[in-house]
Amino acid sequence: MENPVKLETRNYALRYGNNLALTDVSLRIFANQITALIGPSGCGKSSYLRAFNRMNDLIPGASSAGEIFLNGVEVQNGNIDVVMLRKRAGMVFQRPNPFPKSIYDNIAFGPRMHGVSSRSRLNQIVEDSLQRAVLWDEVKDILKQSALSLSGGQQQRLCIARVLAVAPEVILMDEPCSALDPISTLRIEELMQSLKQNYTIVIVTHNMQQAARVSDWTAFFMLNGQRSGTLIEFGSSSEMFTQPQDKRTEDYITGRFG
Amino acid sequence: MHDTRGPFSRKLDGVYILLTFAACLMIVVMLAIILGNIGINGIGIVNWAFISGKPEAGMTEGGIFPAIFGTVALVLLMTIAVVPVGALTAVYLHEYAHKDSKAARLIRVAVNNLAGVPSIVFGLFGLAFFVEFVGSRIDNAFYGGELHYGQPGIIWASLTLAVLTLPVVIVSTEEALRAVPDDVRHAALAVGATEWQMLRHVVIPQAMPGVLTGGILAVSRGAGEVAPILFTGAAYFLPDLPSRLNHQFMELGYHVYVMATQSPDVDATKPLLYGTVFVLLALTFLLNVTAILIRSRMRTRIAHSM
Repeated sequence: MENPVKLETRNYALRYGNNLALTDVSLRIFANQITALIGPSGCGKSSYLRAFNRMNDLIPGASSAGEIFLNGVEVQNGNIDVVMLRKRAGMVFQRPNPFPKSIYDNIAFGPRMHGVSSRSRLNQIVEDSLQRAVLWDEVKDILKQSALSLSGGQQQRLCIARVLAVAPEVILMDEPCSALDPISTLRIEELMQSLKQNYTIVIVTHNMQQAARVSDWTAFFMLNGQRSGTLIEFGSSSEMFTQPQDKRTEDYITGRFG
Repeated sequence: MHDTRGPFSRKLDGVYILLTFAACLMIVVMLAIILGNIGINGIGIVNWAFISGKPEAGMTEGGIFPAIFGTVALVLLMTIAVVPVGALTAVYLHEYAHKDSKAARLIRVAVNNLAGVPSIVFGLFGLAFFVEFVGSRIDNAFYGGELHYGQPGIIWASLTLAVLTLPVVIVSTEEALRAVPDDVRHAALAVGATEWQMLRHVVIPQAMPGVLTGGILAVSRGAGEVAPILFTGAAYFLPDLPSRLNHQFMELGYHVYVMATQSPDVDATKPLLYGTVFVLLALTFLLNVTAILIRSRMRTRIAHSM
């Protein structure tokens, strides 16, 4: 049985000034699955990830073309307010980026911005989000401490909890483990598996083993002849990593370049 | 390879080292002379009676309390005016305006030019704009033409100073905003905060020490200025403290000028002059130290969050 389509792009292209960074990406991402975006550096996979919550809008001089759908609704032409879109599709960044506030205030930030002010409701959201991010037991006694006092791995789980606190449908992860040690990486990967039941996860990763380990689906990006990033191949991870259809995918995953 | 530099080049090196060092030394010596002179001659004068008393006997006796009070009131009013306007300008320039937009460039040019205008010009501007233009219109509108605000007063003097110190606040706030990493801005936007919520709850709190530093630097700049308040509110001799916004007031810098040039008895005034300059210097010095402390605390805080 196939899961419903959660996210989709049709002929998505992104331009930074005169440089066409991404071209003609059409892809479907299934609900409650983990989709990995892989490819060599500079192939546009992070830019593609940022299309889904329109973070590319923030880059001066960037312009996009094509369509992006969330639950079948186009998100770029006013059907969905960008603020609501980002609430529904939360993002975890490459480097842990907690606010210089307490652990509690970091998690409560999103709900507060969306108008939750009841103390008991906030307490519950904070505990619930930290539980889901498997961080609660480590921080439940130090909620008033600065989030910056946590280790890198804890900070990244805090950032995941901060996203969970606004009850998103999609979690976009941009190389969430690249700044972390192997043990912290493992914990995030386990966390992703448990989050999959309730959320749709898209992860950009440089780490092929990670993609193979955690993801259900894999999309392989590469620069084309005109030096624009584009989608080369998409398929279930088990097939992609054992019998890729495209020669370039095979070369990349067997480590011949990249 | 043949060296064509000749036998003197090494000696010349020594001469230049000496020359540059002498230039540095001169600055240090000058400062030491000024501070030493004022310190030695001033500190003996400063006591409670001097600080809390009124000028007496044609400024040859008594204290300087009205001038201290006037200075503090002046810079307080100035701060209330300049910090919000300056900080909001900086927020617009750094957060909302596109870097290369015409409006942003125009504002930047205006700010830079504002910083370069001689302070006496601000004094004249204050007289023409605040006193003559704004003040007399207030009088016409609310007091039936009776003279209340269309004359020099502390409100106009502080607003004139606020215009003068605006660039200080803007530059310092912009620096502080620049120091807030994009990481945390994106984090706020990525959980669905609006741009204003991001600014209000994440960026501005982190930039607050910079805004405060700007405010204090503005105060220490403003506290020493005489020219802008000359025509806009400062009084030659006024033992009564200002109790309304349109009252005139005494001010330390102006008081120094008055005592130095208008005294009926130069020798009798001299010790008081030293004391007044000492108080003025101590005040500005204190403000600068506070600004430096706040800034260094902010730097360590930002360093920790990296």
